[in-house]
Amino acid sequence: MTEILKTAFPFIVWTVGVLIAFQMVLMIVAYTVLAERKVLGWIQGRIGPNRVGPWGLLQPFADLFKFIFKEDLVPDKSTKFIYFLAPLVALTCALLPMVVYPFGPNLTDPLSWLVPYVKDISYLGDATAWIAEQAKNMPLTIARIDVGVLFVLGITSVGVYGIALAGWSSNNKYSLMGGLRSSAQMISYELAMGAAVIGVVMLAGTLDLNGIIFAQIRSPFRWYIIPQFIGFIVFLIAAFAETNRVPFDLPEAETELVAGFHTEYSALKFALFFMAEYVNMFTVSVMCVTLFLGGWYVPGLSHIFEVGSIPYAVVSHLAFIGKICAFLFLYIWIRGTLPRFRFDQLMNFGWKFLLPLALLNVIVTIIIVYFLNVN
Amino acid sequence: MAGTVLFFVFAGFAIACALSTVYHRNPLYSAVSLIGVFISLSCIYVTLAAPFIAAVQILIYAGAIMVLVIFVIMLLNLDEEKPYRRLNYLYALGGFLGIVLLAQTFFVFVAVNKTPKHTVAQDETVGKTLSIGANMYTEYLLPVEIVGVLLLMAIIGGVILVRRLNQPELELVVHNESEKRHFEQ
Repeated sequence: MTEILKTAFPFIVWTVGVLIAFQMVLMIVAYTVLAERKVLGWIQGRIGPNRVGPWGLLQPFADLFKFIFKEDLVPDKSTKFIYFLAPLVALTCALLPMVVYPFGPNLTDPLSWLVPYVKDISYLGDATAWIAEQAKNMPLTIARIDVGVLFVLGITSVGVYGIALAGWSSNNKYSLMGGLRSSAQMISYELAMGAAVIGVVMLAGTLDLNGIIFAQIRSPFRWYIIPQFIGFIVFLIAAFAETNRVPFDLPEAETELVAGFHTEYSALKFALFFMAEYVNMFTVSVMCVTLFLGGWYVPGLSHIFEVGSIPYAVVSHLAFIGKICAFLFLYIWIRGTLPRFRFDQLMNFGWKFLLPLALLNVIVTIIIVYFLNVN
Repeated sequence: MAGTVLFFVFAGFAIACALSTVYHRNPLYSAVSLIGVFISLSCIYVTLAAPFIAAVQILIYAGAIMVLVIFVIMLLNLDEEKPYRRLNYLYALGGFLGIVLLAQTFFVFVAVNKTPKHTVAQDETVGKTLSIGANMYTEYLLPVEIVGVLLLMAIIGGVILVRRLNQPELELVVHNESEKRHFEQ
């Protein structure tokens, strides 16, 4: 029994970790949608959804059931296989980066307090003690890989296919225009985004997301937003463009393109695109928080709780979620405030202003890192 | 064990996608299959403990180059129904190249089997970003610089090829030319 458990243990840990993380993120996403409708309502002097459950709190589930039970229409002249593939690609690529996010600090010994209570249960044997031993120095990351930043950027760039292929396969001119605009926009702003990340990577000297957080803790500024302020602004603007949000939501501009690339999608397939958009918002918020705002790090918390204890991890994790929610609120706020760009303005802004600014930031950072010998 | 199983899964997927790339007549299907090849290759790199190469493979090939290819295919709006006229001598050429490739693979296979096996010391840093960067900027600096110059040339060439004068500029050039000729006469 214990042998089987010992072999299966890492797989169980990964599965449970993935399930918890995905569930949590999808819940946050569902309530982001509700928050968006509420906050937009307040900005526009309305009440917002308040009929389903207390204060409209069950609205996301009502929406989900509506999406599941609606009729799923497939256009007759569409390219069927790619038409079905596109929403899957969009949502998978949005969810995949979840495995490298640092959700909190390492736990030094999370399970040893449990061992005396279950010691007397005979059929468990020494399994509990063994598990407690294994769980020592447990990171709150599903997979700690050496190239976390590159992984997130790479998977996000593959996410373009979801939108481009949806636009092409629908066999609809509005969809095609939406898909084309979206591809052009994402190719353009990916460059600025990557260039903004280079500054942080140079200061930290690592591509590992956890390593970047630890480098920020060691640095005199605690948060990289102070030495990398230009990088932060460029990253934030590029993030808005990458997620197709106002003021860069050209791919789904209602007045020109009906609904852009997802005009021909209905029911659950539309819901997948919708979810992918909000999960992408979550992803870029996580990247913003991790790269520029110290991730889960709360200054001064190590004086209150012992580093690596459970309360320390819980407070750090809540701080992480709080910072992300602040960014999600910023998204909604800007949606309620700014009008949409025109397409040529968008391209000019990306190539002639944002990219040179990001490259200038990289050059200045190189000079500073070289002469001050930061690493 | 698990590594071998994963290798065969990803290798099989890569070969299937490569066949489908060649087989499909619709260029967009071929492009999508090619993305599948790149992604499964990157999975194989991960199982070979080369995470940096894997990430770069996804980022550059699947994320940048193929997006441009798909973009162009979507813009051109190629007609699928067009009858294809195949050139017969290409079959012979393709067959010959295929035999060369098979022979090469066989040669590598034999050569690897003939060399005496010696276990390389497991080094933690090999394949990590730090060792790749350090090697690129010390031991292999010249090749990196040459590739950089080559890419710069390609960028400049692209800009020059694409750059066209717009109407007012063109009129200005014509006007200047005619004035010059007027004064010369």
